[in-house]
Amino acid sequence: MSRHDFLAAVSTRDLTRAFQGREVLSRVTLDIPRGQFVALLGESGSGKTTLLRALAGLDDDAECSGNYHVPQNVSVLFQDSRLLPWLRVIDNLTLGLRRPDAAAEAQAMLEAVGIADKAQAWPGTLSGGQKQRAALARSLLRSPDLLLADEPFGALDALTRLKMHGLLFRLVERRRPTVVLVTHDVDEALLLADRILVLRDGAIAEDHAVALPHPRRTSHPDFESLRLRLLGSLGVETDLL
Amino acid sequence: MNDMTPERNAASAAVWNRPAPPRPPALTPGRLPRGTRLLGPLLVVAIWEAASRLGILSPYTLAAPSTAAATGVQMIADGTLLPHLAASAGRAYAGLFLGVLTGVMLALAAGLTRTGEALLDGLVQVKRAVPTLALIPLVILWLGIGETMKIFLIFTAVLVPVYINTHAALRGIDMGHVELARTLRLTRGEFIRKVALPGALPGFFVSLRLAVTLCWTSLVVLELINTQTGIGYLMNRARDWGQTDIIVVGIFIYAALGLLSDAVVRLLEARALSWRRSIGT
Repeated sequence: MSRHDFLAAVSTRDLTRAFQGREVLSRVTLDIPRGQFVALLGESGSGKTTLLRALAGLDDDAECSGNYHVPQNVSVLFQDSRLLPWLRVIDNLTLGLRRPDAAAEAQAMLEAVGIADKAQAWPGTLSGGQKQRAALARSLLRSPDLLLADEPFGALDALTRLKMHGLLFRLVERRRPTVVLVTHDVDEALLLADRILVLRDGAIAEDHAVALPHPRRTSHPDFESLRLRLLGSLGVETDLL
Repeated sequence: MNDMTPERNAASAAVWNRPAPPRPPALTPGRLPRGTRLLGPLLVVAIWEAASRLGILSPYTLAAPSTAAATGVQMIADGTLLPHLAASAGRAYAGLFLGVLTGVMLALAAGLTRTGEALLDGLVQVKRAVPTLALIPLVILWLGIGETMKIFLIFTAVLVPVYINTHAALRGIDMGHVELARTLRLTRGEFIRKVALPGALPGFFVSLRLAVTLCWTSLVVLELINTQTGIGYLMNRARDWGQTDIIVVGIFIYAALGLLSDAVVRLLEARALSWRRSIGT
């Protein structure tokens, strides 16, 4: 990880979040260096989405303690694309941007995600994959220092998901924002991330560096061994696989 | 490798000669062809006309549709109908305009601010529970028996459904869209213009469809009070003189206006919500 400088972009200290007295995140202390791609793995209810939403500042309803620090410019990529159905795709991308050249940049970004021809389309006419491409374009158009992605490909079919992995990786490589990706998909984490955190009961249970070279192949022996370890950590009986 | 032996061919022919398996039952009605919605009203008019012609329906009970149509045409020709129609339309649409405007503004205030909700929502609910007819005596005392009173009462009648539907639509806004607006750091103004208002538009159009007919229905009663103009006045005078054909003309006018207003609102709706039509195409 020599290419990253170790100035932490994201820091949390004893970050705790509770809902109606039930602690979902327990004293999470974490530093993420600038430009690192971190995948958060964990079973349902382990607190990974809560951690992401805490970093995004979207948890007004939680009882909070602890501190966190994130960069100024944060983009969030949701599982559902959250395109406004009454705005054309390009207007969804530029929503809230006050730069004069926003429309031209948006068009270029649509080109980069491969749906340039959909600029004037209504979101309702797009396929699931196209919607998520548009949502990704909207996030990256803001040149974020931190990209928070909450299972962005969870609702896509397996083939589309593979294409999106390649796309996300290429686009992130360009600017190298810090990325926190919440996912259920161990392969997704292993293909994309520099570092994989496993959450369990609201705390970070494991912290793995993934030193495999890109482009990563699932057939690589290190890939396979880490994959089995992670699946085991997530409660999958790997001796049956 | 060709395994299409004669026996196999015979077997496959036997398969195709069997009746096709039954499709699962349809369960829901299919799409209605254009214009068929008018079938019910046309059928009623036809039976009504037949009953009148056969002498089952006396003209003192109810004039035949054809008689009423002839009367209507004559009233238009001799210029007695249009001034009344214009007077009624003036009242109805003045009330409608004020009611829709105020209803939307109250809905915005109550839907987007807590103070507004606390102050306004209860008030409108109270107004909703009180029938317009019950307010007439009081409003006459306040505003007299002239045009102001009539327009005011239409305005209060229209305001309620506009407020309720628009407010509900604003309240029912997708929380996902609100979160998105927050992460995109939209200003409050941008949020209202780009997210809240377009999201509430379908609810607003529902209320508008209710309002365009409501403004006319409130009018009939109000035109009983101190006026020499209006469709309601015309119908009530006809009642006194037993002219059922003029009463039917009035009913036809309401029906036609109702259908026309609804069609206009639907047209506006289709334009404003064109993004919806595209879904599923």
